[in-house]
Amino acid sequence: MQKSFAMAALLAASCGAHAASDADLAAIRAQIDDMKKTYEQRIAALEQRLVQAESQASSQAKSEKSVPAPSPVENRQSVAPTNAFNPEVSLILQGQYRHAKNVPGRGITGFVPGGEGLNTRGFSVDETELVLAANIDPYWRGQVIVAMADGQANIEEAWFQSLAIGQGVGLKVGRYRSSIGYLNEQHPHMWDFADAPLMYQAMFGEGASYVQDGVQLKWLAPTSLFVELGSEIGRGANFPGTDHNNNGTGGGALYIHVGDDVGVSNSWRAGASWLKTRASERSSDFVEQLGGNVAQGVFNGDSSTWLADFVWKWAPNGNSAHQNFKFQSEYFVREEKGSLNATSVDSSYKTRQSGWYAQGVYQFTPQWRAGLRYEQLDSGTRDFGANAANLVVDSYRPKKASAMVDCSWSEFSRVRLQIAQDKSMFGITDNQLTLQYVMSLGAHGAHKF
Amino acid sequence: MKHFIFACFFGLTVGSAQADLKIFATVPEWGALAQEIGGGKVKVYTATNAFQDPHRIEAKPSLLAQARQANLVIAAGADLEIGWLPLVLRDSGNAAIQNGQPGYFQAANFVNRLELPATLDRANGDVHAAGNPHTHLDPRNVLKVGEALTARMAELDAPNAAAYQAGYQAFAGKWQTAMTRWQKDAAPLKGVPVLVHHASFVYLLNWLGMKEVGTLEPKPGIEPTSGHLTGLLARQPGAPAQMVLRAAYQQEGPSQWMAGKTGMPAILLPYTVGGTPEAKDLFGLFDDTLQRLLKGLR
Repeated sequence: MQKSFAMAALLAASCGAHAASDADLAAIRAQIDDMKKTYEQRIAALEQRLVQAESQASSQAKSEKSVPAPSPVENRQSVAPTNAFNPEVSLILQGQYRHAKNVPGRGITGFVPGGEGLNTRGFSVDETELVLAANIDPYWRGQVIVAMADGQANIEEAWFQSLAIGQGVGLKVGRYRSSIGYLNEQHPHMWDFADAPLMYQAMFGEGASYVQDGVQLKWLAPTSLFVELGSEIGRGANFPGTDHNNNGTGGGALYIHVGDDVGVSNSWRAGASWLKTRASERSSDFVEQLGGNVAQGVFNGDSSTWLADFVWKWAPNGNSAHQNFKFQSEYFVREEKGSLNATSVDSSYKTRQSGWYAQGVYQFTPQWRAGLRYEQLDSGTRDFGANAANLVVDSYRPKKASAMVDCSWSEFSRVRLQIAQDKSMFGITDNQLTLQYVMSLGAHGAHKF
Repeated sequence: MKHFIFACFFGLTVGSAQADLKIFATVPEWGALAQEIGGGKVKVYTATNAFQDPHRIEAKPSLLAQARQANLVIAAGADLEIGWLPLVLRDSGNAAIQNGQPGYFQAANFVNRLELPATLDRANGDVHAAGNPHTHLDPRNVLKVGEALTARMAELDAPNAAAYQAGYQAFAGKWQTAMTRWQKDAAPLKGVPVLVHHASFVYLLNWLGMKEVGTLEPKPGIEPTSGHLTGLLARQPGAPAQMVLRAAYQQEGPSQWMAGKTGMPAILLPYTVGGTPEAKDLFGLFDDTLQRLLKGLR
């Protein structure tokens, strides 16, 4: 209709122009051109509006099937659309200056070492962690954590987890940090101290975490009290188990976590866990009674670990930004049963060992925190059967006390000063000083409670 | 448990028919709005209170337990809850409230967001890639979010759709009246320059036509430093601010210091429902916010 009106107007204008002079003609032509332009613009605008209205109507018709009322258009605009499908990337930089005694083959007296002891002193860069994570599709989410150190890159974690099973069920498959205990799932950059408690080093070696290649299935109860039950089965390749190329599984775990709030300012979580692993040909160093030489001992058998953990957090009104306090404590007992071959003697092997730590960290201003940790292990009973006559059986209670202060410029940067008195080795009192930094770059994901 | 998994793998999940729509709201303002719309048909759990910094919440066990049972999660969105909500959603084992499902509603997606950063660099502090997430302090946004939320609640709980529509209409009517009143009352605030603790009031200031001339935080999420405050003070003669604003959850020290040095009033705003005794609901929130601002003018 607009178009025909425009044509009529043009016709009328051209009809009236016949009798006019050249100057008039030029003026009229200019007028017509102007009119043409404005009408064309208006027509174009109207056409565009029509197209928009039509597309809106059709999309509304579609949405009306499921939505009773026309809903406002959701704006999911993102700043970098071309990058939107890439995984969230974050990188952790961590390093330290450490002052300690030089103890080659550092270990914990009375406990079988789970790896080489950490004896690095002076300046050093810890593992650099690269984290990639993304939703795979509406059903699954994946994450990989690669820890890079000199000349090597280790897959710390590489798993996918379920998003769409529902009913409180969560499934995780791949290589993951086991959910046993409290600290086990946390990566070093999340620790409140520069090093892991002795208990974790004794349980799982220098990595201070039990990592499983396998499947985790957990279930969250539909109650207002937080109750989470979990089970894990997997390869069980890591200390205290050993790798074996078998069909079936090499290790498994069960755990329960319970937690809640007390008022608005307090929240807590408690847990109990059980880890079972199988070791075949697990070799470690023992000391011969005669001559004091180092002898290789080879263990075959089962290892069971029980853990109890407890965390309490306080923040005034639940606002942890300015002030908060966190108390955490864990206890473990480990029993190992099987056979030991050392100095060409086969014997039975039975141990029962335990340990605990307790720590408190107080954030007194938005940037500063201070914390204390005390820990103690008990080498417990170690029955080497016939080998008891050949090998030194240490009976010792390793102890360590640590104090730390850390400062965070933002949520992404932190430096920490830690002093510790370490009596984890018989006859050695090691006064340690550690100055550490933890920096996180990129899309840093949420931390667990 | 095996049955659950198999049922879910084959897409046979049965939506349980409940009388109540269980709503998990991350922040008090949207919890209050859901309550206005849903009335007795909904059970609203609000994960945080007005005295908690919404950027710094932890994925507490109690939140996981509540998210497990929710039919609808209402988040502020625009990455406000990025430090805890994604973890809570994933570990809740609740398929209905995952990102992309109808049971996950982000308020910021339904309003025009301000302060969309042109570049993303943490050198600028804890910037939100999706723009400023504190959208609720513009009452026009509350209506937009309310409309979208009503549609979402009706979609999730079809038998009560009419009740939600009616609840929203009643709320919107009262809200429109209140908005007219607020706009009239707030006329003297137009053009008033202010300092703010954190950019929590961008939408409020934009609505009222007030001018933000500086933030006490040197960068978003970085606590005020004495050096930065001194710098702001030095700017005061050239670009004078008339008051300094902070939210109920922010520390009073920096704005009190500023007030002491300049003589301008330091004003605590409720920021969200429950931030002051007067801010009992959304109406109270705006009534009290305006009253406190107007008092600051005198």
